[in-house]
Amino acid sequence: MDQLLIDETHQAASSVERRLGLSRREFMQFCAATAATLGLPAGAEAAIAKAVEKAKRPSVIWLHFQECTGCSESLLRAEHPTLEKLILDVISLDYHETLMAAAGHQAEAAKKAAMEANKGKYILVVEGAIPTKENGIYCKVGGRTALELTKEAAANAAAVIAIGSCASWGGMPSTGPNPTGSSGVAEVLGKPVVTIPGCPPNPYNFLATAVHFLTFGKLPEIDSLGRPKFAYGRIIHEHCERRAHFDAGRFAHEFGDEGHRKGYCLYKLGCKGPETYANCSTIGFGDVGESNWPVACGHPCIGCSEKGVGFAKPIHATAQLKGMSPPASYPNVVEQQGKTSFASMAALAAIAGAAAGGAAMLAKNVGKQDAAGQGKEGQ
Amino acid sequence: MASHDAHAPAPLGGSLLTPVTFVLGLLAAIAGVILVYRFIYGLGAVTNINDGFPWGIWIAYDVVVGSAFACGGYALALLAYIFNKGEYHPLVRPALLASLFGYTLAAVSVIFDLGRWWNFWHIFWPGYAQVNSVMFEVAVCISAYVLVMWIEFSPAFLDRLGMGELKKKLSKVLFFFIALGVLLPSMHQSSLGSLLVVFGNQVHPLWQSGWLLPLIYLMTAIMLGFAVVIFEATLSSVGFKRQMETPVLAQLCKIMYGLLIAYLVVRVGDLAVRGAIGSAFSASGEALMFWLEMLCFIVPVIILGSQAARNSAAKLFVGAVLLMLGGMLLRINGFLVGYETGEGWHYFPSFPELMVTVGLIAFEILAYIIIVRKFPVLPATQPATR
Repeated sequence: MDQLLIDETHQAASSVERRLGLSRREFMQFCAATAATLGLPAGAEAAIAKAVEKAKRPSVIWLHFQECTGCSESLLRAEHPTLEKLILDVISLDYHETLMAAAGHQAEAAKKAAMEANKGKYILVVEGAIPTKENGIYCKVGGRTALELTKEAAANAAAVIAIGSCASWGGMPSTGPNPTGSSGVAEVLGKPVVTIPGCPPNPYNFLATAVHFLTFGKLPEIDSLGRPKFAYGRIIHEHCERRAHFDAGRFAHEFGDEGHRKGYCLYKLGCKGPETYANCSTIGFGDVGESNWPVACGHPCIGCSEKGVGFAKPIHATAQLKGMSPPASYPNVVEQQGKTSFASMAALAAIAGAAAGGAAMLAKNVGKQDAAGQGKEGQ
Repeated sequence: MASHDAHAPAPLGGSLLTPVTFVLGLLAAIAGVILVYRFIYGLGAVTNINDGFPWGIWIAYDVVVGSAFACGGYALALLAYIFNKGEYHPLVRPALLASLFGYTLAAVSVIFDLGRWWNFWHIFWPGYAQVNSVMFEVAVCISAYVLVMWIEFSPAFLDRLGMGELKKKLSKVLFFFIALGVLLPSMHQSSLGSLLVVFGNQVHPLWQSGWLLPLIYLMTAIMLGFAVVIFEATLSSVGFKRQMETPVLAQLCKIMYGLLIAYLVVRVGDLAVRGAIGSAFSASGEALMFWLEMLCFIVPVIILGSQAARNSAAKLFVGAVLLMLGGMLLRINGFLVGYETGEGWHYFPSFPELMVTVGLIAFEILAYIIIVRKFPVLPATQPATR
């Protein structure tokens, strides 16, 4: 019986080893890290591990439109141990124009086949904005417009995820005057979809969303704009490492000034942290720790993930403070290091003198009284 | 306690308005006005405390020294109830009254020193309190002790308030509160020393005794408790023209003397072992204050050395005053004089700050006088006849 269990565990582990080409230890680390990003309780990594271990991988169709492929790039460049292997093997990426080996008609045929084989079960990921002006003629793949392709693929998808600001709400291509009528996926489909805004978004926000779907069979909780709450529930400013400087009124006023070099708050340089919902300040970028993100590098946040802020407001314009107001007063730049008051010195000396005199007089009187008392007792 | 019926406490009576009470009342009123100003315009408008010295005399004197001076009740309860020395019983109630005021005012004056005083209740509120902090221990322990002392002292005023029934019920469980009244001060008086442990290298080596600080503070607190009892007994004998209690005080002094010797062994031993004694011989303000402090402990060793000396009321009084001064300097030196947070920072109390402390002391004495005249606190004795 025991032997059987051990054999089973070995089998599962070695199947992961074979399939993903990574050790069980690395695999469990990935599951735990994903659970942590999602803010799931302890023990969730076991459920994730079980789901990922299953041989049946969900089919993913990945469409690219008006974009720079930065979102895909950031996913691939995430040097988390063997992440690229996982993202390619945890899911079955059946169509991705940048990553697939196939080209031309062969590629389009693969997509069609996958969509038919996994009807109602595949995940559609859209990267890039969709031009809507003049029936969307400004972006075509294989002779068909982005508008058409999106609607076709979305019709039978189990879930639609818009990755990046472009797919989420139009992003950079939709910047005024928006000649092509660039729009987000939700706008085109006329129904809400899960959005992972950012330029690029943090790869773990996408990965965690996908793994959540894989593990629990549904997408994570989202806000009114379709953003997963685990990643976009709070404004960047709330957890910014420079926040204490903001509260204390210490600001960098221009690039390279003393405050900037000392790491003061970048609010006055136009940091959009106070009006941008994202978790950049807590998980960082590039797998080198929490201190690697624009604000930590000394550049104000441009609010790339926030509609109406990123690519809309000038970079130097100060943010509108959301959900907080600045303190009524700030400490002085140079604090007085202590005052000397001669009046109190004199008063202290007077008190000490009076106390000493009083005590001496009292001792003298007590001595006399005591002597008299003792004399009386002696009589 | 039948054997003490002869010394049963009784109100003193007499006029409440005398030149002394008038001056004390005036000083307390001045402090009150300054405090109103402080609560309207903030700490900066009244005190000299700054970013380098966030604690001034309102903490170092009013709370740290004030609560140590208020250890008379604790020290005597320790002696009368734990070591079962019944002969000290008549001294307990007046000592307890002084402690009651000392501690209540120490606890209240913390609020004067809090920048955002309206948040003071946070320390008692589970979600807000930081239970691992020394400050938390001190705050909770001192407030609990203030409460316990009011209960301990309540037999003195329950009768007068017409609550004899409650007094009878209370007397059955009073032993529990008395036990708490000995435990709690042992905890927080040592924790006041632990505060300096937390300050680390910001405290001058002469006062940074590390893990011995709690012991040093506890020993001096008990010693100060005895000294204060002698001081107060002498003052009230003279002030209220009552008979001297020298014989019982002399016995008390003997215990205090033993404690003093033990303290000096610990203090000097610690300085020698840590190698800090050298800095006592440098030409600095700290060294001067250190010798002043040590002198206040060493002189009583000399003048109270013999039994004959201890039987002299004058020597007893001078010795007690010196010990009180020494205990005060130990605390002021540790918290202010030997405290250094960085170059350029310095602190000396402002005049209004000083007047608040003076006013608090005046208020304490005034309330003591009123209470012993109106309530049964001091043992009934014949007035000293000469």
